[in-house]
Amino acid sequence: MLETIAPLQAATLVLVACAATAVALCLDPLRQIFLSGVYGLLLAVLFVVLQAPDVALSMLVVSAVAYPFIVLIAISRTRRQREKP
Amino acid sequence: MSSRQRLRAWIAAPVLGLLAAILGWGLSGAPGFGHFHGAYGDLLSATAVPQRHSTNVVTAIVFDYRGFDTMGEEFILFASVVGVVLLLRDMREPSGDRDDPVASDAIRLFGVLMVGVVLVVGLWLAAFGLVTPGGGFQGGVIVAGAIVLVFLAAGYRPWRAFGRQSLLDPFEGVGAASYVALGLAALIAGAPFLHNLMGLGTSGTLASGGSMTLLNWAVAVEVAAANLVLYTEFLESYLVPHLDER
Repeated sequence: MLETIAPLQAATLVLVACAATAVALCLDPLRQIFLSGVYGLLLAVLFVVLQAPDVALSMLVVSAVAYPFIVLIAISRTRRQREKP
Repeated sequence: MSSRQRLRAWIAAPVLGLLAAILGWGLSGAPGFGHFHGAYGDLLSATAVPQRHSTNVVTAIVFDYRGFDTMGEEFILFASVVGVVLLLRDMREPSGDRDDPVASDAIRLFGVLMVGVVLVVGLWLAAFGLVTPGGGFQGGVIVAGAIVLVFLAAGYRPWRAFGRQSLLDPFEGVGAASYVALGLAALIAGAPFLHNLMGLGTSGTLASGGSMTLLNWAVAVEVAAANLVLYTEFLESYLVPHLDER
């Protein structure tokens, strides 16, 4: 059992908080999806640091593979429809 | 700042302050960091390996102790993919001759080299789900990712070998159905639904966990196919208008 928060865990938590803030503050959807990928990656690192590798793997594959791919396609599709009246 | 923005800020500030206060109050009463107050977790950590012969306790929970919940989750994925298919498949124009070639040689080479590596990682994660971290879900998503790499690295035409409804739909249906079939097989044998029927095997080897191995592969097939169906639908709706513009 962990008695107190270890330095590595604290550092990862701070990084996750920074990345989450960056995702929320980013206004361009294209940049936002890349930032959210980085955020997902950091969350996966946090789960590894907190000894939950199964959750980390799920987080990694969904946030790095499935989610950006679908959002990227959706962004490109909606942008093109907006440009073409 | 315009007057309207200022008004918004004045309305939002007290609400956000109240939210922060409630959050802080709630967190102050939470157990200390790393002091989990759940007997169930400790109990399973102690008993899962002797009871189920699966050294990955998470997989033992997902496919055995909570196997029924996993079936529900599998069908959430199934239903949402069916929803996407219903929305996108009908809006598409009839398929003509399309291609989306990849221009960069570096991307081609690196991508094609990575396809095999990623595929093996995905299959390995699925196969060893009962022994080490991973399992059917994670492995399935990575296998689907490996096949998406074919599109990213080689273009649309090679991808069409995999991204076809006639190929993927049966896999998705069979994956989802075999989970239920395995549950019903236990009922027919006179045991509770989804009861572990097969021998449990040796802990720490690929032949451990009994029926969980089959459930794990059913989920891997269903998840990989569901993801690929999803990608196919999105890619098709992305490529059609794109290529019409040329």
